[in-house]
Amino acid sequence: MTLVLNKNWNVEKMDDIVVAKKHGAYASLEKLFQMQPDRVTEEVKAAGLRGRGGAGFSTGMKWSFVPKNTGKPVYLVINADESEPGTFKDRHLLERDPHLLIEGMIAASYAIGAHTAYIYFRGEFFHQCELFEAALFQAYASKLLGKNILGSGYDLEIYTHRGAGAYICGEETALLSSLEGYRGFPRIKPPFPAVEGLFSCPTIVNNVETICAVPFILAKGASAYRKFGTEKSPGTKLFSVCGHVEKPGVYEVELGLPFATFMNEYCGGVRGGRKLKAVVVGGSSVPVLTGEQILASRLDYESLQQSGTLLGSGGVIIFDDSVCAVEVLADLARFYAHESCGQCTPCREGTGWAKKIVDRMERGDGDAQDLSVLFQLADNMQGRTICTLADALAMPIRSWINCFRHEFEEHVRLRRCPMKRNTLDVRRENISKLTNNSGGTNAGSQGCPA
Amino acid sequence: MTQKVKMTIDGKHVEVDAGVTIFNAAKDIGIEIPHFCYHPKLSIAGNCRLCQVDVEGARAPVISCRERVRDGMIVHVNSQKAAQLRKDVLEFILINHPLDCPVCDQSGECKLQDQYFDHSLQPSRMRYPKVHKPKAKPIGPYVVLDDERCVLCTRCIRFCDEIAKEHQLILCERGDHSTIDVFPGKQLDNPYSLCTVDICPVGALTSSDFRFQKRVWFLKSTPSICTGCATGCNIWLDHDDGIAYRYRPRENEEVNECWMCDPGRMTYKRINADERVLFPMKEVNGIYERISWESATAEMATKLKTYQPSDIVGVLSVQQSLEENMAALRFFKEVLKTSSIVWSGDEHDPSFADDILRDHDRNPNTNGVKLLTQERFSEKSKGKVFVILGSLSDADEKRLISLKPEYVVLMTDIRNESIQPFAHLLLPRASHAEQEGTFVNRDGRWQRFSKAFDPKMESLPTWGILNHLASAFGSSFGYASAAEVLATGKKAIGL
Repeated sequence: MTLVLNKNWNVEKMDDIVVAKKHGAYASLEKLFQMQPDRVTEEVKAAGLRGRGGAGFSTGMKWSFVPKNTGKPVYLVINADESEPGTFKDRHLLERDPHLLIEGMIAASYAIGAHTAYIYFRGEFFHQCELFEAALFQAYASKLLGKNILGSGYDLEIYTHRGAGAYICGEETALLSSLEGYRGFPRIKPPFPAVEGLFSCPTIVNNVETICAVPFILAKGASAYRKFGTEKSPGTKLFSVCGHVEKPGVYEVELGLPFATFMNEYCGGVRGGRKLKAVVVGGSSVPVLTGEQILASRLDYESLQQSGTLLGSGGVIIFDDSVCAVEVLADLARFYAHESCGQCTPCREGTGWAKKIVDRMERGDGDAQDLSVLFQLADNMQGRTICTLADALAMPIRSWINCFRHEFEEHVRLRRCPMKRNTLDVRRENISKLTNNSGGTNAGSQGCPA
Repeated sequence: MTQKVKMTIDGKHVEVDAGVTIFNAAKDIGIEIPHFCYHPKLSIAGNCRLCQVDVEGARAPVISCRERVRDGMIVHVNSQKAAQLRKDVLEFILINHPLDCPVCDQSGECKLQDQYFDHSLQPSRMRYPKVHKPKAKPIGPYVVLDDERCVLCTRCIRFCDEIAKEHQLILCERGDHSTIDVFPGKQLDNPYSLCTVDICPVGALTSSDFRFQKRVWFLKSTPSICTGCATGCNIWLDHDDGIAYRYRPRENEEVNECWMCDPGRMTYKRINADERVLFPMKEVNGIYERISWESATAEMATKLKTYQPSDIVGVLSVQQSLEENMAALRFFKEVLKTSSIVWSGDEHDPSFADDILRDHDRNPNTNGVKLLTQERFSEKSKGKVFVILGSLSDADEKRLISLKPEYVVLMTDIRNESIQPFAHLLLPRASHAEQEGTFVNRDGRWQRFSKAFDPKMESLPTWGILNHLASAFGSSFGYASAAEVLATGKKAIGL
């Protein structure tokens, strides 16, 4: 179904500006430059567009926080450091429709009064960055960027910047530190970037998907955008689906879609018709839901919150019943321990400690107290650090243990993973295979005349 | 007038200036909030999380070092909830800490030790191998790094960046493998590097000069003044049993805030030096022989009586305290009756100066001595006999030798290596650690220093030497303390 962002995904060579223009790229700009910048912000606010990076904060509201007449330049920074495990929606947009992002960036920059915009790519996105830079070059050549865009008197320069592969640089203030050339350390908020961000100037940091929705809102109006989705979660959202599913990929859906519909009609159900064990719906850091819980829920901010999780970045990871919960949590803990920037004590030490505990448990060396220690650890980490990376591990720790406590307890009791055959079992099986085979040969030898 | 806000800290209603942090508001009413990363002279990092307090109505615990007070704010520093916050943070800090206090040189002045005893006292729940990092790694001429003990408060990094203005330290790696290190290709060799050791709350940065010399609980601290240059940094002189072990900066907002330079710190070595003059000595055929105080003063008196007062030059010293110079001045004027009185001191060293603390004038008391005499010792200071307070700088020594003096008396605490066949009599003077006194620094600030321990062997404070000398010359000074010298001296110069 063609919605807001996916209308040109199947067009060949959409990164070529000629093709892109043929399919409506940059059409909204004429209208844009007839509007006052404040009107643009109002329109986006009216559309109810919410930040698609994970936090879900009202985009128009964020834009309106930029202080007026400070004498300082205002910056727009696009967060394309998409590193959350399970999330790959921005990558898809960057590959399929880079001109849509440029168009959105022009509109957003115009609205907030920025004449310089940066786009911060995840370190591993070198191909996407090259693609974007080529598109940028074409846009400059077509006078869509630079001085006096389309004769409007408005100037905008866009710069690309590639990270060096740190997950934490996707956190907006760490991203700004990194962009300034410092170590990617999150900063204490307040002041929020909108007031004091890049180079201590007012800065709006927006996600790729958020900005890509802006041209539609401008062209068709806020009410057209509001026709999609629910009252409180208007519009559409990209979901990147991976894991044990028949048709993994990136899907644009109207917010408020029942998960069961999404799963069956879009994703083709669980791989091989197996049982749906668990779903992480918003990237690896949100609480996990069991299959039953998620199938009863809908894909919008409010419904998912009611079900006990978060919409997050829309990175859906599907787990079927072949998955061991302890193994998953061990993987997650390993990721967050590796990616903790090391600034705040609770996160630096807590993520590493949690990783060690879950690792041991997975290997069968856990003990009965470990679960309560893990819970306390999660409590002691969450909300006690500068950014939310600690929370991003604390939430999975609590939810995975709460949903699948018996599996954790079985690991401790059996001193091994109940879902995997242990070495003793394997040896027994091999022995019985051997005996059967040798039985066969024996039988053969019996028939030997010698 | 600054605006005031009303707030409550631990049940106490207080009115504080708007805009101060919770940390400072609590400090004003005597509640010290434990912390690692906060330092009043450095930017706020907010990473240790130890200073978290519980604010009613707040979504999460707030860090008091950064959060500003608001009207009607209710803060709990010592509630059970707030105490638990600290306990949790200390548990986190200690899970990868090597717990090597018995062999750690910081033991006894370690903030982590203190905080654990004050705020935690819980046994470790960590059952897994700890993260290992480099230990005992020299990172500069004076500093040794133990990364395992580090709590990553980044005070040292911020000090180098913000105060010393040398970007020499960095954080590298991530998560619980994070370490402090020197920037590739650099060393921690800025002239203030030992300040990082002072502000390091734990045993991560230790001084290669002081480590393993003395357990800190044996040390006594005496307030004193650094003699390294005219700035006159306020210091603590840490000593035990008549031996000086180190200088540490003593807070004085007007002079050195809470810093001091490395060369200044190392001047403590002068007090313990092997070259100290500890007995009266007389030159016999180019070699110094120990003699008694009585024979030394008697010999000097006999010798000087053969000269006219106009043959005698009295040399004061800008290296020595105001009291010492005042007593010497009185001796020159009243007993030796000479009118040629000059001062000597170390040459100015422009390469030493910076705009942080250090001054090109390497003498601690230039402004003090200039109250007494303006004339500097030079080739023009003609005379046959020189009575000198302190020792001479190399340049002044050469000047003196070129004057071909007939008799030279030095009241000195130390023998320069090259010294001093030219001196005929050495009178052992106590070092500045062994007597009290006053230096007048480059800004004209009078700064008192205290006596740390008794003069070594037969050395005497200058007023004691001059008591001896005065009576040998048939006069009497009868000084009983440096304070007395200062009182009479001030009167003599009309202050």
